[in-house]
Amino acid sequence: MAGHRTFPACVLLRGEIVGRSVFSCVRVRLFAFFVFLCSLLFSLPSFAQESPYIVTYDHYLEEPGSLEVEYFSTFGTQRGANDFHAHWVEFEYGVTAWWTTEFYLDGQTTFGDSTLFTGFRLENRFRLLRHEHFINPVVYIEYEQKNGADKILKEVEGLDVESDYADANASLRKEHVHELEFKLLLSKTYKGWNFAVNPLAAKNLSNNPWEFGYAMGASRPLALKASANRCTFCRENFTAGVEMYGALGDRYHLGLHDTSQYVAPVAAWNLPSGWTLRVSPGFGLNDMSHRFLMRWGVSREFSGFGEMMSHFFGGGR
Amino acid sequence: MRTRVAFPRKGRITLLTMVILLAFGVSAASAQEGGAAASNNQKWNYIELTKVPERARAKQNPFENDSDSLLAGGKLFQRHCAECHGMKAEGGKRAPSLLREEVQQATPGALFWVLTNGVVWHGMPVWSKLPEPQRWQIVAFLKSFRTPLGPQGPTGSE
Repeated sequence: MAGHRTFPACVLLRGEIVGRSVFSCVRVRLFAFFVFLCSLLFSLPSFAQESPYIVTYDHYLEEPGSLEVEYFSTFGTQRGANDFHAHWVEFEYGVTAWWTTEFYLDGQTTFGDSTLFTGFRLENRFRLLRHEHFINPVVYIEYEQKNGADKILKEVEGLDVESDYADANASLRKEHVHELEFKLLLSKTYKGWNFAVNPLAAKNLSNNPWEFGYAMGASRPLALKASANRCTFCRENFTAGVEMYGALGDRYHLGLHDTSQYVAPVAAWNLPSGWTLRVSPGFGLNDMSHRFLMRWGVSREFSGFGEMMSHFFGGGR
Repeated sequence: MRTRVAFPRKGRITLLTMVILLAFGVSAASAQEGGAAASNNQKWNYIELTKVPERARAKQNPFENDSDSLLAGGKLFQRHCAECHGMKAEGGKRAPSLLREEVQQATPGALFWVLTNGVVWHGMPVWSKLPEPQRWQIVAFLKSFRTPLGPQGPTGSE
């Protein structure tokens, strides 16, 4: 029977492969493509000079043609229910020097409950001014399609509070969220210090009111001057700072009442190999917030990805 | 017998979205690469240097005669600039040569200003995210190309 045959080399036999074997075959091909893509990606040169922020954005966009792949993880404590571990993968691509586009895939594990995929996000950032100014504005537009079990807390808005996350995943996932989110990213770098403020407004595309929130941060490399040698542990490779973020209510209940607020020290380590590691322990500032959020992330930038894809599809010759 | 694989509606929408995104990204990348390759090394690439404000142009490089800074500048150049401008600053598909006289005769202050502000509408990002001393170190490296000895080739092995 075809269903019991094995296909080590994944050969399609004119429709004879059915059921599970077809999927095995597709899996082998997908895996081969994935390995091929990874080997191509890792052959690309890379550089990293990333900010340490996890929630806040500064005004720096991805370099044109570069792809940054990031994995982030958030462990959160939860009163009244089990703690959780939320995670997301982020693909950030610099289309031009003034436009960066990103694609996110979100998921979470609630201990003692389940693990599930919670949705995706598509975001775009546009630089408005051609030169550096006292304050540099960037417009941020995001579309989110997720369910109510999403716990990555990438932004906090409206009347989001800790108890919203206490229900079981089976119940939370029934809620579907289609949301548009707008941010104005204001940022300035002065004498090595970066200061960034991000007011945000979000609109659930169902009949919910506009919701508001903010994030802000300050950070600085540990050394401003680069050393002459290639080094992994020199101070210039480390950046530290702090960020604060929270909700500001909605159209009918504007303000800090019944909202969650967080403060989080942040640190990043930019390795010469192109990898960046980030870590950020976050603390809830009121009873509406999760008491503790431990975030960390790892990312790698692949420079020249656009050129590679362009050649791969026969363009840019 | 042909088997039809049925995707749920939500899955189809997600798949379609991903395909559109991929196509969009690839076409944007192709447009960008093609445009950059066609226009590389043309005069307008250097026009930005003529737009530098007088005050910025007159700034002196604090690391001008610092050999450590020259090495550090070479390291930073390899890490952040060589991908587009070439390993020896000779220019590439995406960015012009920095060995041309327009660049070599520009003042350190002018190069620092362009590095800080980028040429955003023509593909060069702003580099103010590098601390000011590091930008001056890169400028020191770039200016070293016109000295008789020049830099000892790209420093570091990144």
